[in-house]
Amino acid sequence: MTPELGQLALILALLLALAQGILPILGAWRGNAALMALARPAAAGQAVFVGLAFAILAWAFLQSDFSVAYVANNSNLALPWYYRLAAVWGAHEGSMLLWVTILNVWTVALAAFSAQLPDAFRARVLGVLGLIGVGFLAFILFTSNPFARLLPVPADGADLNPLLQDPGMTFHPPVIYMGYVGFSVAFAFAIAGLLGGELEQAWVRWSRPWTNIAWGFLSAGIVAGSWWAYAELGWGGWWFWDPVENASFMPWLVGAALVHAQAVTEKRGSLRAWTILLSIFAFSLSLLGTFLVRSGVLTSVHAFASDPRRGLFILGFLVVVVGGSLLLYALRAPKVVGGKPFALVSRESAVLVGNLLLTTAAAMVLLGTLFPLIGDALHLGKISVGPPYFGFLFTLLMLPVVLLLPFGPFLRWGGSGGGAQLRSVLLRVSVAALACAIVAAFFADGRLKAVAGVAGAVWAGTGTLLYVYKRWREMPRGRRYPAEMAGMLLAHAGVGVFVIGVLLSESLSTTRDVRMAPGQTQSIGRYDFRFDGVAATRGPNWHAEQATVTVSEDGRTLATMHPQKRTYLRGQVQTESAIDPGIVRDLYVALGEPMDPQHLEGAWALRLYHKPFVRWIWGGGLLMMLGGFAAAADRRFRTKRQAGADETVPAGAQESHA
Amino acid sequence: MNPVRKRRLTIVVAILAAAAVAIGLTVFALQQNMNYLFTPSQVQSGAATSYKTFRLGGMVKSGSIQRASDSLKVTFTVIDAGGAMPVEYTGILPDLFRDNQSVIATGHMDNARFIATEVLAKHDETYMPKELKDAMAAAHQGRKIDEAGNGERGTGNP
Repeated sequence: MTPELGQLALILALLLALAQGILPILGAWRGNAALMALARPAAAGQAVFVGLAFAILAWAFLQSDFSVAYVANNSNLALPWYYRLAAVWGAHEGSMLLWVTILNVWTVALAAFSAQLPDAFRARVLGVLGLIGVGFLAFILFTSNPFARLLPVPADGADLNPLLQDPGMTFHPPVIYMGYVGFSVAFAFAIAGLLGGELEQAWVRWSRPWTNIAWGFLSAGIVAGSWWAYAELGWGGWWFWDPVENASFMPWLVGAALVHAQAVTEKRGSLRAWTILLSIFAFSLSLLGTFLVRSGVLTSVHAFASDPRRGLFILGFLVVVVGGSLLLYALRAPKVVGGKPFALVSRESAVLVGNLLLTTAAAMVLLGTLFPLIGDALHLGKISVGPPYFGFLFTLLMLPVVLLLPFGPFLRWGGSGGGAQLRSVLLRVSVAALACAIVAAFFADGRLKAVAGVAGAVWAGTGTLLYVYKRWREMPRGRRYPAEMAGMLLAHAGVGVFVIGVLLSESLSTTRDVRMAPGQTQSIGRYDFRFDGVAATRGPNWHAEQATVTVSEDGRTLATMHPQKRTYLRGQVQTESAIDPGIVRDLYVALGEPMDPQHLEGAWALRLYHKPFVRWIWGGGLLMMLGGFAAAADRRFRTKRQAGADETVPAGAQESHA
Repeated sequence: MNPVRKRRLTIVVAILAAAAVAIGLTVFALQQNMNYLFTPSQVQSGAATSYKTFRLGGMVKSGSIQRASDSLKVTFTVIDAGGAMPVEYTGILPDLFRDNQSVIATGHMDNARFIATEVLAKHDETYMPKELKDAMAAAHQGRKIDEAGNGERGTGNP
């Protein structure tokens, strides 16, 4: 009975979303206060029913109600309760329900924390979010009903995909959806601004904290996904330029550009049309990501079972959203241009250059990701674009971004003077980067990439530290680092940490695929890996061959590692790698296959890795996440005051390029 | 020319130059990194001769997997309905690599043998990547293959 209640709740939520999407926008247009006032109760009602549907599905999983097809396909009696809960979003139907649930989390948060917005504007923002809700609720109800029944009821369910039975994968989807869906708020603000023909840029200030939080979540989600690929897939890599990774990376790049463009528009009024365009693109790319993941049109590790109707539905929705908003933009954007003029050397120009590079990078990733589809449509054959395409162009595009990074905060708005200071910054970061590069060259024995990594990170880091010092010296206590600026500094420091992690781990890592008999030792540098054989072990819903590998350094035992080859109930085989983490290096062992399947206690194939500084990659991403969250906490965003005229507010965070 | 127009002209020229460089580099990078997918019968009919690196897609022939006793070298045969291609790979294969499963291997031809540097295997007994399904359908009309699940990849030492 309860699953039908879940479906009923979704239908009611759809009706309320229709009310939330249509009536308040109509009210704002006709100046009808009663209709506008409907936005908040309708949003609250939709959230209650979507929450109810989500809770019912979660309950069906916890109760192992296999009469529900989705539960039967993605869970079984032996699955631990926490993975049963995670299985709610472990496949298509449930993850779409998660999408809508998170949309409602954002909508409710917006409804609750928008007291300072003018009524008509708030009605429009909530209305746009309601329309997005309509699209996704209709998608769930018409193509992907998670509550469909299965008859006859099986005694036990299938299983959650073993790849998803990992703590990293439990958090990754909700966090990344918080990011994806969060851009719908920035999108709703931009559309509301266009609809109302707002001549003031005040709405940009209101939307900034939301954009920053969404971008922070997306950063965290990508870090979680990258960590999962590293630990769980057993390939030891952290990024593969896989279509689905790219799908999350494109909105992140455009989001990073948007975070900076919004700062310019809010503080100076410039780049208004550009900010609106980026808001539209960030959300459109989030939708495109959903389409790519859900439609199965591209070969990917994430390609799930697909139903052509689903892909078509999302594609249609995408066309409506992108087409509709660009049409609105074309009609209304000429009204919203304006802002103060700025010189060629100014903070605005620096942001603009950074923005162009970030959006070009996103376009480059888009082209490479969709190229197989383009090739297919033009009958060029079955093509895929190799990772070197992305790696080469991305490095090329991000190099100037890292080079410009130290100067952004030192540049002045509008750009007059300050040349002496810029030259002094240039001198100091160059000396610091060069000195560290020379020291690094001694340790890296000629590996250029490692030296470049150290130099780039020191360049970005020194620039950020110089600005920290400047503020410390020049500003009175308590006004040195407002939250917005602290966010910018954290995120920029994160870029430095990320650069060092990427380049050092890429250039200094060692991978060995080896055949080892029990008792044999293989060495990577100073580390000796001794294979002590394989024993059988079992978990709640799997049994495994577990190897024991003892790692020692100069005869001193460092770690005993237990990589596994698991076999889950339905027979799916899954490699569980063993990782000995460290700040400056990870040791990583993955178990391959037995050399003789009849003789498990004999020799095995093993993959051994030594990965220096690999953790810094995720550390950098987490710093960027913290930067996004910190900047959003700035008190300035929560006051009603006009910021445009307010020069006493410390010119702050996010105005340069990340 | 007045200063405003001069500034605008400079900006426009700079943007056009940057766009030209970006497009040039993108085309170059794409050309260098495009990998075509062929099935064994397409390779045998000469479709892949002009490509150094390409992807070979098909099913692993039952009983064809042979491991070397002293190294990680593996040989197997990839087949489609009308062709067969011996493949050599050194490294650890994906978890679900086995007989009668669909695979996509990236690599190059060496005499009549395909030397793979990467092997992508599906992760579920019913999944086949859409492009492979299409390619096999194009090579031979009418073998119906379902799809569901997700794929998995292994990278080896060339």
